[in-house]
Amino acid sequence: MSFLQMPHPAAARRAFLGRSSGLVLSGTAIALLAGNDVLAAQQGKGKNDGQQDVQILNTALGAELEAIAAYQLGAESKLLEKPVLDLAVTFQGHHKAHADVLAQTVEKLGGKPAVAKARYDFPVDQLKSQADVLRFAARLEQGAVSAYLGAVPLFGNRDLSKAAASILGDEAMHWAILRNALGEAPVPAAFVS
Amino acid sequence: MSGLWRHRPRWLAGALVLAVAGMAGAATFAPPADSSQQQVLHGEQVYVRCQACHALAQDRVGPHHCGLLGRRAGSVPGFAYSQAMKDSRITWDEKTLDQFLSGPLKTMPGTSMTYDGVPDAKDRADLIAYLRHANESAQCRPSSSAAQR
Repeated sequence: MSFLQMPHPAAARRAFLGRSSGLVLSGTAIALLAGNDVLAAQQGKGKNDGQQDVQILNTALGAELEAIAAYQLGAESKLLEKPVLDLAVTFQGHHKAHADVLAQTVEKLGGKPAVAKARYDFPVDQLKSQADVLRFAARLEQGAVSAYLGAVPLFGNRDLSKAAASILGDEAMHWAILRNALGEAPVPAAFVS
Repeated sequence: MSGLWRHRPRWLAGALVLAVAGMAGAATFAPPADSSQQQVLHGEQVYVRCQACHALAQDRVGPHHCGLLGRRAGSVPGFAYSQAMKDSRITWDEKTLDQFLSGPLKTMPGTSMTYDGVPDAKDRADLIAYLRHANESAQCRPSSSAAQR
């Protein structure tokens, strides 16, 4: 379906916010937010002692916080036209949801969640048009897909692998939509890497 | 659009046109590329995986890559490295990068680069060739902020 044939982004955003504001999270997210005892019981059963899982989650959290800031930059750039702007805000909302879950999980595992940088060094001088912003966002989303793909096999706790795969799917959808908006093949290959 | 894109050699731009056109099903021609050029082009495609956390000229979740080859690990001023990286005593060259990229957490337990690595040796070699090539790009020239760090 063409990007412009999608249901109105504002409606999509309302639907998303309506669902997420009630914290109607997926089964994966619920598993992530399970009590300390459940997560603790599962730590140490896998390939690492839990410290590595915390580090993986914190690296992912750092990337999510950067993505939130990047979408904020795009939203405030005045380069995005209304339907695209709404979509960017929706995607930013997804990244906020990812970041919230990741931070809470790090805390549950006894770690200290990464925090947003005071300043991000984005290539602002290269963003001159809506297409530039979309291309910038698409590159970040594609990278995020690769990052989560590279994290999934590393978790000692398989529930965390499942959660990372769930986020990977969301990032892949963002990437596809952004590619479509740029007039590129939304799904360029059968596999991601 | 990245500065590297704007300043990439003509052969690379041509090859990318072919690649993009190929995805769209169009027929076109590109200048023939020799093996080293193909290696760099493929390495740039592999580098996309790194762009979740890295950029050539900017510090992001990971440090910038301009000047990476020949740089001591954990030495970009102001970047918050893991203790493991700071203590590694590695200088990045083809050999150390190849080893690290094959499995970052296996070769350097405790690194913040929590990524399963690039398992294919050719992908790693091409990625490193791209990083070396990119270091000559406008983004990495001495006038850029990244090249001065």
